[in-house]
Parts: sequence; C-alpha cells; structure tokens
Amino acid sequence: MNAPFLWIFLPFVLGGILLLLRNQKVITLIACIFTFFLTLAAWLLPIDTVMTVGTWTFKLTSSVDILGRQLVLGSNDLSLLALIYGSAVVWFAAASVTQSARRLNSLGLSIVALLVAALAVEPFLYAALLIEMAVLLSIPLLSAPGKSPGRGLIRFLIFQTFAMPFILFSGWLLAGIDANPGDLGLVQQAAVLIGLGFTFLLAIFPFHSWIPLLTEESSPITVGFILWMFPTVALFFGLGFLDHYSWLRDAPALNNVLTSVGLLMIVSGGILAALQQHLGRIMGYAVIMETGFSMLTISLVKTIGLNIFFMLLVPRTLCLVVWALSVAILKGQSSTLFLSDTKGLVRTFPFAASGLVLANLAFAGMPILAGFPPHQAIWEGLASASYPTLIWALIGSLGLLFSAVRMMIAFSAAPEGVHWESHETGAQRVLLSTGFLAILLLGLFPQWVLPLWTRLPAIFSHLGK
Amino acid sequence: MVTILNWVALLIALITSVGLLLQRDWRLGLGLLATQYLSIFWLVQTHWPVSMAAGKLVTGWMACAVLGMAQLSNNATQEPEAAWPQGRLFRLFTAGIIAAATFELSLRASSWLGLNLPIAWGSLLLAGMGLLQLGTSAQPFRVVLGLLTVLAGFEILYAAVESSTLVAALLSAINLSLALTGAYLLNMSQEGRT
Repeated sequence: MNAPFLWIFLPFVLGGILLLLRNQKVITLIACIFTFFLTLAAWLLPIDTVMTVGTWTFKLTSSVDILGRQLVLGSNDLSLLALIYGSAVVWFAAASVTQSARRLNSLGLSIVALLVAALAVEPFLYAALLIEMAVLLSIPLLSAPGKSPGRGLIRFLIFQTFAMPFILFSGWLLAGIDANPGDLGLVQQAAVLIGLGFTFLLAIFPFHSWIPLLTEESSPITVGFILWMFPTVALFFGLGFLDHYSWLRDAPALNNVLTSVGLLMIVSGGILAALQQHLGRIMGYAVIMETGFSMLTISLVKTIGLNIFFMLLVPRTLCLVVWALSVAILKGQSSTLFLSDTKGLVRTFPFAASGLVLANLAFAGMPILAGFPPHQAIWEGLASASYPTLIWALIGSLGLLFSAVRMMIAFSAAPEGVHWESHETGAQRVLLSTGFLAILLLGLFPQWVLPLWTRLPAIFSHLGK
Repeated sequence: MVTILNWVALLIALITSVGLLLQRDWRLGLGLLATQYLSIFWLVQTHWPVSMAAGKLVTGWMACAVLGMAQLSNNATQEPEAAWPQGRLFRLFTAGIIAAATFELSLRASSWLGLNLPIAWGSLLLAGMGLLQLGTSAQPFRVVLGLLTVLAGFEILYAAVESSTLVAALLSAINLSLALTGAYLLNMSQEGRT
C-alpha cells in the first residue's frame, strides 16, 4: 500500500460513493469516522517503514507514479495531513446539524483529497491543475439548490480559474531561471506571473469580491469550508514556491510585497467588516483579514514568522467553524442576515448569537480567546520590525472588533416581551458549546497544539531553517 | 504549406472567437466553439504529436456536446445582460481592439518564446476574446464559453513549452469538468426560474 492511495485516492472515491447515498445521518457518520481514521493514521503511522501487526507485515510507501509524474506523501507531510483531515472532521461534524451535510460531506471529502493531491504532486507546479479541479468540484457544493447561480459563484469560478494559467506558465519560466539564474528579465517576468497567479488564488484585492458575495448567497457552512480549505492549501502551495526557489526566498522586494499586500487585506477587510450590515459578509471579510495576517507572518519569516503562520491554523479553523455554524443556524430561522433583522436574537438563539460574537472576537485577537496567542505574536513581531505596520494591522483588527460590538448591540436589542428561550436543536447546542469551550481553552492553553506546530515546519526543507 | 495552414487556423480562430462574441443563438455558439477547437488542434499539433493534439479536439467537442445537451433540456429563453452595451457594433469594435492589441503582443511573444507568429497570435487572440466574453456577460452559458476560450488560448501557448502527458490529461479533464460545471449551472438557472 502507498500513502497517496490512503490519503488521496481512497477519500476521493469514497466522496463519490457518498454522493450516491441518500441518508444524511449515514453519510455524516461515514465521512466523520473515515476522516477521523485518516487523521489518526497521519498522526501515528510511519511511512516507508515496515510495520508488523500480528502475523501481517506491511509497509506504507511514500509515492505513486501517474503518467510519468509522481504523487509523494513523505513522513514530513504527515503532520499537515493530520491538520487537514482533522479539520475536515470538525467541518463534517458541524455540517451534520445543518441542511448542507449531504453535499458537504461527500463533495467536501473529494475536494479535500484533490487538494491533498495538489500538495503531493511532483513537480509541485502541477498543483495548480489539481486546485482548479477542486474549484470545479466545489461549484455544485456552493450553488444553492433551486436557485440561479449568483454573481459570487460565477466570480469564484472565473477568478480561481484564472490562477491556473499564470502559475503553470510561471513554472516554465522558473525552469528557465534554474538553468540561467543571472537572467534578471526572466526573474522579473516569473515574479509577475507568480504574483498574478496567487493574487487570483488567494483572492487578494481587487480580486476578493467573490468572497463577501458568496458568503451572502450560499450556505454559510459550505462557504466556510471552502474559505478555510482553499486559502489554507494556497498558502502552503505559496510557501512551497518560497521553499523551492532560493532566488524568490531571498528577493529583497519579497518582504515589502508580502507586508504591503497583507496589510492591504487586513485594513480593507477590517474597515469593510466594520461597515458591513450582513452577518455572512462580515465572516467573508474576516477570512480576507486572516489571509492578510498569514501573508504578514510569512513576511516575518526570518524572525518568528513561520511558527506564527502555523500557530494561526488551528484557531482559524475553530473560529471559522463556530462562525459558519452560527450563521447557518440563524440563516435557517431569520428572514435575512442583515443586522437590522437580527435584533434581540440573543434571547431566541442564544447559542448561535454567542457563537457569532465569540468567533468574531477571537478573529479580532481578543485576549483569552483562541485567536489571541498568534495575533499577539504577530503584533510583537511587527512591533520589533515596524511601528507603522503594527498600527495599520491594529486598525484592521479594531475594525473587526467594532463589527463584533455592533453585533452585540443588535443581538441584545430585544423588543419588549421576548422571553429567553433557546430555539437551537440539542445537537446544535452541543456542537456550539464544544466550539466555545475549544476557543476558550485554546486561548488559555495554546501550548496544547504545540506538538502540531513543532512538526509542521518539517514539511519545508529550506524555510524555517 | 504548414505555415499557410497555421495562418488558416488563425483565421478560423479569429472568425469563431468573434462569432462567439456576437452570437445570440446557443446552437450557433456551440457550432462556432466546435469549429474553434479545429483551429486549436492544428495550432497545438505543431508542437505536440498528432495523437496528443487530437485529445484536445476530442475533449473540446465533448465539452460542446455536454453544453449542447444541457441547453437542450434548458428550454428557457436567455435573460438579457444587465449592464454592458449589447449592440453587435460595440462588440465588434471591442473585438477589433483585442485583435489589434494581441497582434502587437504576439510580435513580442513569438520572438520571446521562439514561436511562429500565427501560433502566438492565435493563442493570445483566443485568451483575449475569452476575457472580453467574460467581461461582458454574467450568464453561465456565456461565462463557460468564455472560460473555455481563455483556456484554449492558454493551452496553445503552453503546448509549446510543456509536453507532459499528465498535464495534457489534467487539462483535458479540466475542460470537460468546466463544461459539466456549465451544464450544472444551466440546470440550476432553469430550476431557479421555474
């Protein structure tokens, strides 16, 4: 048996099989158990080592050949696999209490498998093709049943598709640079193409417009899943570029570009979130800000950046799941998700309303919540590098904090005579409470995910060394 | 002789891509797209073996068939575009600008990449026309036609620099998946209206 079969082919095929089933509970159960076992396997099983279970001896090899190219999942990639499939379990479990479970758990599993393949393919530039396939597979997931496709969906398709040609073509130029490293013209052309490719892939300003549109149009839990999965894989793919090409890693302009773009995303996301009226769109802007923070951490790579980049991953997943689940619950009950229509919701949907505020505060970096330790580390890193950058980053976070305050005001403004009564189902309450607890505990004891942070840098051979 | 045929393929690409911009009837649109894939096949086979280039032709025609079947079951009339000027003259004028701009670009690209001018121009022309199509329409059918055209343009250029079988297979799979996505979106539009 080989690792790509276990973590790519098997989940991809199972995702297809789950699509044929009708029973939502069965689909959720199978998807959650299967991804949980994949997470455990990634954490425990060694690769390229002979293992003996009773009389049975087997070895999990790291690569498989496909049409002259390879899919490689080495022992260094196992922590990333554990993170990806572990997060997928959380998403699939959260989706089980919404209407989107059937499609998310089946198509989502195949999307995760394709994106893992994108991180495993050698040469790694071909990842752009696999990411595009995952994008196409997410269209049925994101389109609301019985509704015409909205502008956000169409823009998502167009912008994500545009990323592929730029990245593939830059790959050809990069091969030329390897052969002739002194050709500055070629270096500039490759840098521009890579930049354009990642601008589309990471939804960097001005190609971010699909995110708020999609969060308004589609099911919040599926959009949340997509907004977690695609930027995470794209960021790892981007780090792969920096890891592979020393000229790119050592380019003097790289830090300035990453800092400027990161700040642009943080500030624009924060200000737009502060001015936004729609609960779903605020989530979209928070995700844009998080991508900005990740880029900012990469710009700090020579000091503490890469570790902070990994620190952001688990809190982001938790907060986004809680936020998306809360919005999904409210969407099922409220006529619209505009703040003006959600007055007094804390009395009728206390768990969902609290989840929204808590996740929002955690994303803004509020102390004792999960987002605080990585944000505090970022602020500390920025303070030692540049005060203006720190001030701009704080302005962005304040914008998001302001949106949380507006939410609290709207949710608590209950009309007279509305009594306290929870309309969430038992399962929704349990899941949200678990999420709250996890956000609080991770804020108080961030060292609990230390084993993951310490193992993740091993996936890169040059970065973080 | 081969050079002349390259220019003929370019001419076909120009006519079909402009036709795709101007057409209102989906049958005509798919016919033009299918014809466009003939020119793509010819331009790609200058760098790839004929058997691999034929894969592009077959994939393109399959994509046309998928979109055609989806349109057949989607019997609603096309909704008018909301924002852009819809006149044929306007579209013809913008197509002319794209053709001129891509010609200028292709002069540089052909010397940079060491390609024949018709191949470089054909590639950039299709990418440009596809972009124009995407910029002037938000209807799923036209968006998918635009994306297929952009990708076709890119594939011609990329074939000159990359001949991996895996890439060819994945690009074919992406073209087909894009057509299937288009078919899905068309059905969604139909459901949304009824």
